[in-house]
Amino acid sequence: MAEQISNNPLKPLTQWVNLQQPLSFDDYCQAGGYQGAKVALQHSPKEVLDIVKNSGLKGRGGAGFPTGMKWSFVPMFEEGDEDAPDNKYLVANADEMEPGTFKDRLLLEGVPHQLVEAMIIAAYTIGANKAYIFLRGEYHLAAKRLQQAIDQAYQNNWLGEKIQGSAYSIDLYVHCSAGRYICGEETALINALEGKRAIPRAKPPFPQVSGLFGKPTIVNNVETLCNLPHILKNGIEWFQAIAPNSDAGSKIYGACGRVKNPGLWELPMGPTLREVLYDYAGGMQDGLQFRGLLPGGASTDFLVEEHLDTPMDFDSIAKVGSRLGTGGLIVLDDKNCPVAMVLNLMRFFAQESCGWCTPCRDGTPWAVEVLTRIEQGRGKIQDLDTLAKLCDFMWIGKTHCALAPGAVEPLRSALKYFHDDFLQHIEHGCCHYNPSMTAKRTHVSQTHSSQSIKSPLSPKAGQ
Amino acid sequence: METIDITTIDYQHYLTATEIAAIEHEASIMETREAAGIEALKVVQAHRGWISDESLFAISDLLAVPIAQLEGVATFYNLIYRQPVGQNVIHLCDSIACHLTGLDSVLAAIKQYLNIDYGQTTVDGKFTLLSNACLGSCDKAPAMMIGTEHYQHLSPESAVDILQQLAVKGEVNG
Repeated sequence: MAEQISNNPLKPLTQWVNLQQPLSFDDYCQAGGYQGAKVALQHSPKEVLDIVKNSGLKGRGGAGFPTGMKWSFVPMFEEGDEDAPDNKYLVANADEMEPGTFKDRLLLEGVPHQLVEAMIIAAYTIGANKAYIFLRGEYHLAAKRLQQAIDQAYQNNWLGEKIQGSAYSIDLYVHCSAGRYICGEETALINALEGKRAIPRAKPPFPQVSGLFGKPTIVNNVETLCNLPHILKNGIEWFQAIAPNSDAGSKIYGACGRVKNPGLWELPMGPTLREVLYDYAGGMQDGLQFRGLLPGGASTDFLVEEHLDTPMDFDSIAKVGSRLGTGGLIVLDDKNCPVAMVLNLMRFFAQESCGWCTPCRDGTPWAVEVLTRIEQGRGKIQDLDTLAKLCDFMWIGKTHCALAPGAVEPLRSALKYFHDDFLQHIEHGCCHYNPSMTAKRTHVSQTHSSQSIKSPLSPKAGQ
Repeated sequence: METIDITTIDYQHYLTATEIAAIEHEASIMETREAAGIEALKVVQAHRGWISDESLFAISDLLAVPIAQLEGVATFYNLIYRQPVGQNVIHLCDSIACHLTGLDSVLAAIKQYLNIDYGQTTVDGKFTLLSNACLGSCDKAPAMMIGTEHYQHLSPESAVDILQQLAVKGEVNG
C-alpha cells in the first residue's frame, strides 16, 4: 500500500492509505481530500442523489444493492413541512465481522478522514443531521484514529454547526460495539445502537422510513461510503470508466488461507478469481494444491477450479452459483479437510445466531452436531440427507434474516463439490487429513454412534 | 430465602464519578438513555474487569432501564463479561482463516501452557481464555487479541512467548 501521498486514479479508495501514520486533516486536504464534500455542498441533496444513482455505485458490504436507490427511499421534506421528522440518521456499518473479511479495517485505520468526508456527503444527501460510525469493539486502533479524524473535522468546521458556511449542520459519533456478528445486519445494528439485543427487525417498515429511534435511517458499509468523495470529485464518467464491465468503480479484493501472499488489493471491479488468486495472492504455498475457495467471506458458496476464470463482479459470481459478498477469498488447500472447514464455519454461525427464529437457532447447532460426527469418523450415510434437509430448512424465506441462508451457502456447496470427502469420512470412519483427531476420538465413537440423528430440539454443540 | 428489594438500594455511591461521567456522555449523544446501555456496561467493565450483579443494578438504576432488559443485553454481547475474568483476557480468533493456518496447534499450546480450557481462568487469576469470532487479521492469521493489543502470525511458540511476557509484566488488561 502507498506509503506516501500519491494519487492513483485507479485506486481511489486506497491511494492515500497509510497504516503507520494516517493522513492528518491538513495532509488529507492537500492530497485532494474534502473536495468531494465541497462539490456536494455546492449541489442540492437531490442533485447529489442523482449523481450517486447515476454512478452505478453498488453496496460493498455483501448484498450489492444500488446505493443511490437505497437512499432514494428516504422521504425528503421541504423546510417547514409538518410531516417532517425531527431527525434522520446515517450510520456507517463498520461492524466488519464476516470471517475472511478485513478490507474495511484497512480503510478505517489507513485513511480515516476519507470515511468522515464520505459520511458528510451521504448525510447531507439524505438530510440527516446526526451520523454514527458503528465500529466493532475489537478495532481499537480504528476507534482511536477515527476519533482523531472526527475531532480535526470539527476543528475545521467540516462537522458541527453550519459546516463550511452552508446551512447544513452535522454531528458525527463513533459507537464501539460489544461484539456480535449479527450487528452487521442493518436492522440488528439499529437495535444495537438503541442499546438493545441485536436482533434483526421485521421488514417492512424498512429503515429508510423507520429506522434508528423510529426515524428514517440509512446504513451503508464503510467501503461503499468511501467511494463517495471520489465520485463527487471526479464525476460519474470517471467512476464508470474504472471498471471494464457493467459494474462501476473499484473494489478491495482480498485473499486469506494458505496462499503465498495473503492480503488486500484494490482493483477495477471484475478481475477473475484466477487473477486475484495467482497474480495477487501468489497462488498456493509450496507443496499445496488448490481445492476451492469462498469468493466473498464465510457466507458465500464454494467455487472450484472450473470457476476460476469467472470475473469477480456481482453478476458473474452469481451466475456460477455463489455471491461476490465482500470480495475476500478464503482459499482451501489440499492438506486442509473440507469437512473440518465447513464445521468451523458452521460453528461460527451457530455461535453468532441471535436465536430469534427457530430454523437458525436450532438448525445451525444441529448442523454443527452432524458435521462434528462426520469429521470425527462417527458419521452415517443418512447424515448427508440430514445436512441436505437442514440446508433446505434454513434457506431464504424460511428464516427471520439472512444469517442462516448465509450459513447454508458454504455447506450446500461443500456437499456438492467435496462429496467424496464427506463419503470418505463416513465410509472409512476417519478423517484422512487429520488422523490424530479421529484416533483421539475413537473411544467415544461407540457411545455416540447410536444417536446418529438427534432431535433438533436438543442441540448442544457449537455454543 | 431472603429477597432483596433492589429498588430500595442506593446506587448513587456505587458507580464512581468517572464512570458516571463517561456513561452520561454516551447518553448525551443518543436520543434515549436506554441507548447508552451497552456503552455503560463497557465503561464499568473497563474499570472493574467484569459486570457483577451490583454493577448491573447500578447501571439499570442510572439509565432507568429495567434490570431484565439490561441483563438481556449484557448476556447477548461477546465482549461483556458477566463472570469474573483474569487480568488478561485472551481472545483467540477461531474463525476460518486462523483454522486454515494452524489455529489448532496454537490453541493446544496455549491450553497446555495455561492449563485451562476455553471459558476458564488460571488459578493465579492472570489469564482467561476465550475464543473470538473473526478478529479481521485473516491475512496475518492465526491471531489473538489481549486487551487492546492484537497479536498476529502466531505460532505455538510465539503465542506462549507472548503469554510468558504478559505474566511477568503482570499488566492489567481489559
